[in-house]
Amino acid sequence: MKNRPKVLVVDDEPQIRRLILAALGRADYLAIEAQNAREAMAMLRDQQPEVVLLDLGLPDRDGLELVPLIKQNPGVTVIVVSARDATDEKVAALDLGADDYLTKPFDTDELLARLRVALRNRVTRTGGSPLLTAGDVSIDLLDRLITRNGDEVHLTPKEFAILEQLAAMPGRVITHKQMMSAVWPRQTEQRVEYLRVLIRSLRQKLEADPQNPQLICNEPGIGYRLRLPAAANTNH
Amino acid sequence: MSQTDRPSPEALLRAAAQEGRGRLKIFLGAAPGVGKTWEMLSDGRQRRESGVDVVIGVVETHGRRETEALVEGHEIITRRSVDHVGHSLGEMDIDALLERRPQLALVDELAHTNAPGSRHPKRYQDVLELLDAGIDVYSTLNIQHVESLNDVVASFTRVRVRETVPDSVLEQAEIEVVDIPPDELIERLKDGKVYIPHEATRALGHFFSKSNLTALRELALRRAAQAVDAQMLEHVRAHALAGNFAAGERIVVAVSEHGHAGGLVRAGKRLADALKAPWTAVHIETARDRAYTDDERRQLADNLALASRLGASTASIPATGAFEGLRDFAREARATQIVLGKSERSWWFEWRHGSVVDRLVREVGEVAIHVLPAGESPGPSHRPQRLALPGAWGDPDDYLWSLLMVAAMTVLGRLLLQVIDLSNISLLYLVPVMFAAATFSLRAGLFAGIASSLAYNFFFLPPTGTLTVSNPENVISILVLLGVAIVTSQFAARVRAQANLAGSSSRQNAALAGFSRQLTAVATGDELMQAICADIARLLDVRTALLLPSTNGPDLQAAFPPEDRLGQIELAAAQWAIDNEQPAGRGSTTLTASDWLFHPLRTSRGVLGVLGIARQDAGEPIRSDQMPLLMSLLDQASIALDRMALQKENLEARAIGERDRLRSALLSSVSHDLRTPLTTILTAAQQMKAHPSPDLAETIETEAQRLNRFVANLLDMARIEAGALPMKVEPTDLFDAVASAAHDTRISLQGHKVVVDIPADIPLVRVDPVLLHHCLINLLDNAGRYANAGTPITIRGRRLPDALLLSVIDEGPGILPGEERRVFETFTRLQGSDRVRHGTGLGLAIVKGFAEAMGLSVEAANNHDPHGACFTIRLPEALLLTQIDSGDVP
Repeated sequence: MKNRPKVLVVDDEPQIRRLILAALGRADYLAIEAQNAREAMAMLRDQQPEVVLLDLGLPDRDGLELVPLIKQNPGVTVIVVSARDATDEKVAALDLGADDYLTKPFDTDELLARLRVALRNRVTRTGGSPLLTAGDVSIDLLDRLITRNGDEVHLTPKEFAILEQLAAMPGRVITHKQMMSAVWPRQTEQRVEYLRVLIRSLRQKLEADPQNPQLICNEPGIGYRLRLPAAANTNH
Repeated sequence: MSQTDRPSPEALLRAAAQEGRGRLKIFLGAAPGVGKTWEMLSDGRQRRESGVDVVIGVVETHGRRETEALVEGHEIITRRSVDHVGHSLGEMDIDALLERRPQLALVDELAHTNAPGSRHPKRYQDVLELLDAGIDVYSTLNIQHVESLNDVVASFTRVRVRETVPDSVLEQAEIEVVDIPPDELIERLKDGKVYIPHEATRALGHFFSKSNLTALRELALRRAAQAVDAQMLEHVRAHALAGNFAAGERIVVAVSEHGHAGGLVRAGKRLADALKAPWTAVHIETARDRAYTDDERRQLADNLALASRLGASTASIPATGAFEGLRDFAREARATQIVLGKSERSWWFEWRHGSVVDRLVREVGEVAIHVLPAGESPGPSHRPQRLALPGAWGDPDDYLWSLLMVAAMTVLGRLLLQVIDLSNISLLYLVPVMFAAATFSLRAGLFAGIASSLAYNFFFLPPTGTLTVSNPENVISILVLLGVAIVTSQFAARVRAQANLAGSSSRQNAALAGFSRQLTAVATGDELMQAICADIARLLDVRTALLLPSTNGPDLQAAFPPEDRLGQIELAAAQWAIDNEQPAGRGSTTLTASDWLFHPLRTSRGVLGVLGIARQDAGEPIRSDQMPLLMSLLDQASIALDRMALQKENLEARAIGERDRLRSALLSSVSHDLRTPLTTILTAAQQMKAHPSPDLAETIETEAQRLNRFVANLLDMARIEAGALPMKVEPTDLFDAVASAAHDTRISLQGHKVVVDIPADIPLVRVDPVLLHHCLINLLDNAGRYANAGTPITIRGRRLPDALLLSVIDEGPGILPGEERRVFETFTRLQGSDRVRHGTGLGLAIVKGFAEAMGLSVEAANNHDPHGACFTIRLPEALLLTQIDSGDVP
């Protein structure tokens, strides 16, 4: 039997917990549950889960405050699962260190896919292969080599910096702020229009149909994610 | 201030009754039978019912039942019988009245002559004594009994009344005109409802002709109007002499029928704006107006309409000449600035007569006069006819012209002497005499008469060359010439006076018309009340305040000049006026300790409020002869207030109706759109317990998703309606927006290919990406719902010179003609389609709400070939970013 990843489900709604736990069990995860912030923090300490699925509307504390606390434990992935759909809240959670964000009601398949991405990123960060393949595009971050249909694609340093951000955690949303501070670390004024222009030219170079982008995907008002169609099919 | 520490109206009333002289109110009628006595009695009854001690001094009911009914309940002072030539006559017992000391005495027939042996020969003298004793008196009077009008009335009715009342008595009275139309009066006469003393029947039969009654009625009304007008002018003049203009600037612009008068109007507007002053555009109607061409008439109307559009009040004033009309109007309106155009008359004409401008500068002292070069002065092209000012010698030109005419006749006479008889020559001189008397003045006529007789004597009568008269017959010729001059000039003077009178009453009409026009122009209740106060204050030269009733007593709403509070006595008087629908305060019969006079603003629905009037110098708020004008103004103000109130009620009722309609639409929509998927989910889940099946699971999933969309839409709509859309505008790429919207709607768009047709160089736009995302989702969702199965859905971006269009185009039934706008309304679903398609009418309303919040607009149209609907979001130029090349990125 494989090493089953341990997932902590934090939610005050028993029905939701029950459904998520059932889905996780079927997908061969080891699921544990907590119904409030206090229990969640105790579980985190005692059980040391690898992933936390965190609801923001907890009875004893705002879930957003828990995000940085949980992230103090190295190697723990946080996926926020909340009915709050305000863009600001999503951006805040991501900027505080959450690895992903799902809005209730969600698709169980979507939840499992995000979970897989999060776990795989964790593996990558802890020494996995930095080589990515998305359709006909392959990205080698170590050698800084990008190819499309086997031909090398030349990127400007800024374009590469953007792509590096996205490819470091494929499938995960990188907020505008995160991308911009990586590309223009000294720039205090955030100019989203420059980011848009860079994304557009990246798409021109990498996408099969830049008008209908499949690789670099937009989350309105939040940021971008690198969508790897292959990743969704990876079974672990 | 609490209700308790305010003095009660009754207490103040008692205090008021103690002070000074009684007040006289005269019910003035045009003829017997108009209902003066009835009016007086019903007024008296109202006063009695409001607690005033009223007794009847003398009333002639003439056996009329409705009048007698009003007498009932009143205390009546028994008449004193006076024996006269064997008859016993009942006269008013003045001593009994003085003994009884009521607050108010009703004394009918003010013009009555007492029987010999009474204390006073005339009843009005009895009344004066009552007034002196501090008793208020109501009395009645017919217009033909007014002393100054006695002759005039006799001249057209051929009935001379001996019983007259001096005008001085009228001047100290409040006058209420009791008025019924002549036809109605004649009708009453035929029905025997008018009492006529037996001995006068025959004479009065002629008196009651329709033309007489019309003339009498006009006389009664006009006399009041004329008095108001004269006093207004007089007062203004007194002010002007003292240099004591009211603080505000007032601008008058003289408008002619010329095209370039538009420039004057605009100049007036600029001046008015600069001085923040009210302004009036006035046209002086002179004899020349009748000769206007249609074009000139139209141009004049256009000029006045322009002024009205620019915020002026407008007036058209008939006058004998441009200068006179303008002068009188400027004084009356108390103008501080006059704007007029430069005259295009010849220098010769102006040298002889003085230009309108020069004369204005000379005669209208403290007014700034602006003469603009482009226009022309609004004067007549012919010589203006001038009024004969009493005591003035008039224009020296008049005498010059008279002399010239006499000279011309002398020359003509010398030529004709060969042909006609000497005595007929004198007839020639009648021409200059009559002309001068009729056109200029009596003095000019006499001057022409004397000049004529001298010339006739010198040049024609033997011995010629001297001024002696040999034949006594010729003395008569000279006297005749002088006599003709006197008679003609008097006739002419009367004609001129009447013209003058007509001129002044139409000025008053113009003032009233301007008032009502201004009241219809304002939009809000506050503006209306301000306008009422300001206009009445200006027209009557008083301070005004408008109060509306409220639960805490009268509430001050507007005042001119501004006033923030009134004293206790004033508020008590205002309250009394509201409660009793009668005037109260100083100058009325109630609560006279108040500095202000309050008149109720009455409508058919009751009292809307009260208008308070006070004089700047704390004098009597309003003179009785100003009352007719005030009454007309109050009537118009009441109508305007009533109109505004009704309008507001209508709007409120409509808004409530609209809200109710929306609420019930929302409820029915919500219950339908929530229950339908819930029912499906419940049923499917129950069946699944027994027979698990993927089909049922999929049904549950689809319905749940539908429910989810609906809830999201409801939340979005609630946010739009609360006006609380958190906006986070940022540079957005339409490719991003379209791609993520297409991605999020991929399930509802199953079976449709999404075609993105956007030029690669489309600029970035400044919008809230989340709101735009919701717009696109709803548009795509809508397209997916209505498009024919298997057809593509196109998202098209187009750059226009001044905007960017983003359209969602489907191939389907399209939009019903005429529904293009309505589809964006909440809960509108395309007719006939709601039975076969799911979804609420919220989606497109959300698109519209979100788009408008971002400064975008949306429109719906039909696409042809292939047929379908096309929804377009228009992003204005201002929201587009200039192109940035990737090379520009720092």
